[in-house]
Amino acid sequence: MPKKKEKKLTTAANSLPGPDDITRRELPNGVVVLARENFTSPSVVVDADLRVGALWHGREQAGLSDFTAASLMRGTARHSFAEIYEQIESVGASLSVSGGTHTSGFYGKSLAEDLDLILGLAADALRRPTFPPEQVERLRGEILTRLNIQANDTRSRASEAFYELAYPGHPYSIEEDGYPETIRALTREDLIRFHGTHYGPRGMLVTVVGAVSAEAAVDLVAKHFGDWTNPAQGDLPALPEISRPTAIVKRHVAMAGKAQSDVLLGVPGPARRHPRFLAARLANNILGVFGMGGRIGHEVREKNGLAYYAGSALNGGLGPGAWYAYAGVGSANVDRAVDLIRRELKRFLTRRVTAAELEDNQAQFIGRLPLTMETNEGVASNISSMELFGLGLDYLRRYPDLIRALTRDDLLSVAQEYLSVDGYALAVAGPE
Amino acid sequence: MKTNGIYKTKFKNGLTVVLKEVHVAPVISWWVWYRVGSRHERSGTTGISHWVEHMMFKGTKKFPGNTADREIARDGGFRNAMTWIDWTAYFETMPAATIDYALRLEADRMRAALFPPKEVESERTVIISERQMYENEPTFRLSEEVQNAAFRVHPYHHEVIGDLADLHSMTRADLVAHYHHYYAPNNAIVVAVGDFDRRALLARLKTLFGEHAAVERPALAPRPEPAQKGERRVTISDEGETAYVTFAYHAPAATDPDFYPMVALDSILAGASSFNMFGGGGTSNKSSRLYQALVQTGLAAGVSGTLTPTVDPYLYSVFATVRAGQTLEAVEAALDAEIDRMRREPVSADELRKAVKQAKALFAYGAESVTNQGFWLGFTEVLQDYTWFENYLPRLEAVTVADIQRVAQKYLARTSRTVGHVRPAQPA
Repeated sequence: MPKKKEKKLTTAANSLPGPDDITRRELPNGVVVLARENFTSPSVVVDADLRVGALWHGREQAGLSDFTAASLMRGTARHSFAEIYEQIESVGASLSVSGGTHTSGFYGKSLAEDLDLILGLAADALRRPTFPPEQVERLRGEILTRLNIQANDTRSRASEAFYELAYPGHPYSIEEDGYPETIRALTREDLIRFHGTHYGPRGMLVTVVGAVSAEAAVDLVAKHFGDWTNPAQGDLPALPEISRPTAIVKRHVAMAGKAQSDVLLGVPGPARRHPRFLAARLANNILGVFGMGGRIGHEVREKNGLAYYAGSALNGGLGPGAWYAYAGVGSANVDRAVDLIRRELKRFLTRRVTAAELEDNQAQFIGRLPLTMETNEGVASNISSMELFGLGLDYLRRYPDLIRALTRDDLLSVAQEYLSVDGYALAVAGPE
Repeated sequence: MKTNGIYKTKFKNGLTVVLKEVHVAPVISWWVWYRVGSRHERSGTTGISHWVEHMMFKGTKKFPGNTADREIARDGGFRNAMTWIDWTAYFETMPAATIDYALRLEADRMRAALFPPKEVESERTVIISERQMYENEPTFRLSEEVQNAAFRVHPYHHEVIGDLADLHSMTRADLVAHYHHYYAPNNAIVVAVGDFDRRALLARLKTLFGEHAAVERPALAPRPEPAQKGERRVTISDEGETAYVTFAYHAPAATDPDFYPMVALDSILAGASSFNMFGGGGTSNKSSRLYQALVQTGLAAGVSGTLTPTVDPYLYSVFATVRAGQTLEAVEAALDAEIDRMRREPVSADELRKAVKQAKALFAYGAESVTNQGFWLGFTEVLQDYTWFENYLPRLEAVTVADIQRVAQKYLARTSRTVGHVRPAQPA
């Protein structure tokens, strides 16, 4: 049984992933491999990002990137759809390819002995998809059904309206999943063309964490992706400038047969790489996360009993993700909930947070690091983020100091830079 | 008692203690489980166990208001609570050095929750709002109706959230009485998994929990559900465009030897799934029989199966999302054909081997974090004891193809099932 003294070896500061225990290797074709070993459980996760997503097409082809990503596992030059999933599921593993806005990628988890299989199938899907016509049509039907389900979901409808209001004319206002009319119009040739011109190794990032030696992980990624080339792979599209709302823009989406409404109120926020992102994240934590939904949760849920969930969120990401407050409330209480959120916003923009709030939230950000690193999934996600957002592999080690350096003035000024009670998007979806 | 690193004991006041040292990360997951859930509720106070759970976050004299939220958050921990049909559980997963606060908090709120009258009323509307959130989903309304139809007598009849009428009429006195009756050391299990010294923690728990006296509890025996003699059908109308169909069959309890062949059956029919509510990773179900027969043929957009380990016999259900342009009737006929095949023909040895390998992988994933392990140990203590968890894989490995056919014939009969439909007002 380990003694107290030995236990000290696992304290947070030196168990955080850093440059000395993350292996980083750049393959000649541009693929970056990151690996960290963990032999405490028999599994391994692999998390990969490619520089392709919904930004690479316009509104008229909405859903193309997602549809393409979802098609990749439906048949390859080496395996049929049935063979692919028989292999994955027979060993209790998982592998999925998904499309996003700035990136697409794959995510897999398996017992360590099956990593070669998972990476092999992922490489097949990304590099040699065949888009079997009957599978494309089956998938189209599944996507249309999913769009129907979302059209009947208050959260999805509120979110769709919110992004249209907060990001007018910007790619973020386009539904990544597409719309029934665009999904019906996309052809198999569109998918093939999109894959051929945008999927490639440049900018690709593969993170492997688990019960595999780092060298073996790098070798396996190199085996499956090292000889991938695509001269047609295009450059990153430029993101248009964002203009924040200067007035209050509102929309109510009336939905029959619903018991309560979803409310979203917010603005475009800072990107993850923005120098003030951490200040904004800490501010948001006080506004709508800490404890049971921060100040907003306290007012809307705890004090007034208006909602089961209420709080705020800051998305970050490669572009200016949204910063917004949310609540799910009975339709009779929508106006009251919005008033309470506005009141909290106003207070947040007028007075600095208290010294105790700052200290509590700083302590939480630093204290929870060991918990987020407990699983392979958590470690992989942190390592991928450090690389994807260019934070440096020593970022987690520097993080406590970065958090401690933030002041009450920093939080007030970043809130004032982004949030306002006179300019925001407000979307409500629920009963008429 | 100590096996495989798991130490179990019972204090004089009846409190069950299960501890497992894991020194992988400086983290401890700490749980308190009460043997109370919707299974222990009667008509008129349905939803009371869940409401009591909410009130446990409203403070005690020593931990007033939401001070615990603040303390735990600032220590970097996370906490939550869950109410289910058989149990209510509370957990805090904390950096190891700060665990003592959570131990003191749970010891105190086992007996000293205040139920401030104003908070009871405020929480009434929060819970009604929670129920409305569920009601927004046609699939919730479907499963509620199916449960109501499948259980006429047993309290598994109603949803954990409770009926709206009861949420309006229950009083503070009802809540307090329920709390005092069920929140006691002899109705509780505490579990800790993580970076601690077992002897030191045990001594601390004795100090903190030893002072609570056992309460006298009348033996509670929920009214058993009589055998179902004929298919029941329920239909929900919905304003959306999507149709859904589900079949719910009465299933064996977790301690019934038939439970294990049912796990293998579910895995082959609808895909492998983990019982751990915190997941930890799973596998897809695209090579399962139902996916092949329903989704690959273009009838359904998705399909799943649900088997739940429970104290009393509960339900095994299969569920399909009808693909836009297809009909409920066609999907129902395809489901019927696959279930009939399960009853008529033995599965192949390969299918069974695959089910066992899947279960092993999912089991490994489900035990990766201390929070997952804490869940398993407490959950299985409620069902039986932690050996249920330890024996799960060997028992599954012992299942034969004949066992699977036998349980299919025994449980998956049309006469003992409830069929549920969500029928859209304007089908796509």
